[in-house]
Amino acid sequence: MNKGFHLKRNETITLIALALVVFLAIRAAVGANMINDYWQRVLDQALITTMGALGLSLIYGFCGQFSLGHAAFYGIGAYTAAYISKVYGQGSIPFFIIAVVAGTLMAALMAYLIGRPILRLRSDYLGIATLGFGIIMRVGFENSDKVLKPLGGATGMTGVPQLMSFTWIFVFTVITIFLVRNFVTSTFGRACVAIREDEIAADAMGINTTKVKTMAFVLGCAVVGFAGALYAHRYPYLHPSNFDFLKSFDFLLIVVLGGLGSMTGTIITAVSWVFLLEGLRVVLGQTFVDFRGVIYALILIISIILRPQGIFGGREWKMLVPAVRPARAPLKEGGTHVHAGGK
Amino acid sequence: MENFFEQVLNGLQLGFVYALIALGYTMVYGIIKLINFAHGDVFMVGAFLGFFGFTNWGLTIIPAALLAMVICAMLGVTIERIAYRPLRYAPRIAALISALGVSLFLEYFSSLKFVFGPNYRVVQAPIREVSWEILGISMTNVQVVIMVVVISLLIALQYLVYRTKIGMAMRTVSFDHDAARLMGVNVDTTISITFAIGSALAAAGGVLFTLAYPQIFPFMGIMPGLKAFTAAVLGGIGIMPGAVLGAMIMGQVEILTAAFLSSQLKDAIAFAILILVLLVRPTGILGKTGPEKV
Repeated sequence: MNKGFHLKRNETITLIALALVVFLAIRAAVGANMINDYWQRVLDQALITTMGALGLSLIYGFCGQFSLGHAAFYGIGAYTAAYISKVYGQGSIPFFIIAVVAGTLMAALMAYLIGRPILRLRSDYLGIATLGFGIIMRVGFENSDKVLKPLGGATGMTGVPQLMSFTWIFVFTVITIFLVRNFVTSTFGRACVAIREDEIAADAMGINTTKVKTMAFVLGCAVVGFAGALYAHRYPYLHPSNFDFLKSFDFLLIVVLGGLGSMTGTIITAVSWVFLLEGLRVVLGQTFVDFRGVIYALILIISIILRPQGIFGGREWKMLVPAVRPARAPLKEGGTHVHAGGK
Repeated sequence: MENFFEQVLNGLQLGFVYALIALGYTMVYGIIKLINFAHGDVFMVGAFLGFFGFTNWGLTIIPAALLAMVICAMLGVTIERIAYRPLRYAPRIAALISALGVSLFLEYFSSLKFVFGPNYRVVQAPIREVSWEILGISMTNVQVVIMVVVISLLIALQYLVYRTKIGMAMRTVSFDHDAARLMGVNVDTTISITFAIGSALAAAGGVLFTLAYPQIFPFMGIMPGLKAFTAAVLGGIGIMPGAVLGAMIMGQVEILTAAFLSSQLKDAIAFAILILVLLVRPTGILGKTGPEKV
């Protein structure tokens, strides 16, 4: 057995210490008035995006299941939690907890129902099926007011009690990081990596591939549903366009640019990507703000051409996450996306 | 009943436009296994060029369409050269992300004020619309033009791919790059030509689209692009008759749902059918399901 796979207690302690240092540094910056309200919102958005991206990292980065509909589960979590909190909770904490749990479970349930049949599809076909699911869900969100009035449909939803603060979002992000880290270093996590590398070989080694794929998909979607539930309690306006396929592409490019199968890469890219988008707004100013989209697209193209394997390319920062597999040269042929193409 | 047949005719019109876009997707996928997300935006550029052709530059419809096709063919080749060729032997997902980047670039660049501008534009139809009654079904000349043009382009494409040397090269490269190279096929040139043909077809689709649905804007390519790609997958991606079949199904589903159920549900139903078809036939209607290899 490779000892590197086992989590050691001091790695957990280092991670908690690291989180504490980051947290205190940010609080100190807020205390010194270095971070205003606007950047605080951006920071919270970055953390929520990190959680969602970690969910996709689990599904695609570690298990190799190509999903283009990740934002649909983000939306399911957000709308479910928002509905409960708005209609029943009206600002009470117990109902907030119920709302977040319900949002997470609803995303997980939908992921199970849709994942069970479609996870048998391979690579691009799976991507298109999940993309289709995302579009169906967007149509659902747009017409949601016809079934449940408070959801607002195409005009958007307001009036959800804003109970989330930076502290809570930070704590939840750290918990999510622990959860995903422990999953990918567990037996199931290694089974996921085996499926990504070669599904038939994994099957031959006695891994129940359907079960493991479904498990990774459900867990990843539950994580993003959780992120959505928090989002609904931090940003006062929910609109179907926040959860459409363009948002799914955002999660996808974060996971790919970070490097597939690297949690460190996902976390760093998610935070930097959100800040890059907002930073561009500031740098360009009022006169050149139209160029924001163009520059954003160019940065995306250039970075993927320069680092096709992603920033971390399957490697991990050992202090954060013990590497699940050693870095290796990519195979030339293979069934999944992670491998080289062109054939 | 007449109304039903008129809607079927509308569905055919839309399906033929989707077919032109879907062919570009399926050809590119067939040859380099890439979902070319920028293809829908090439379609958008084609629509704009057609619009400028017959409003600003005083061209009649055929020269305007040909000009749009030539410029878009060059655009397609440039995109492949700059954004996809460096990633050809990288992990497949890298080229896909690059394609997303190109798609966003074309959309936002077109939205700039000195390019196409962010606003919706209404296209003044270059041909006067005439409508005929045949057996109680009304039919417009635009529908006839679209069907005639698309069918002739499909025949030309069929000839090109199955009867010419370059078509043979394209089919060879789609089987195996290395083997094609060993047989003396210039792989890079062949891929460039595939992009040129696919993009020209998308541009033709764009010009025809403006005839039937005269409103254009820089983000107009997203939904038709996704639908056409879905059509290609539905029919079995990489297979040209499959793309046309899928496009016909998508066109009918969309129009008939909008006419008889609810126009808000048309996208949901189209994609629900896609998922159902994939569950029964995981590689599309005409897709080949080869044995799994290790």
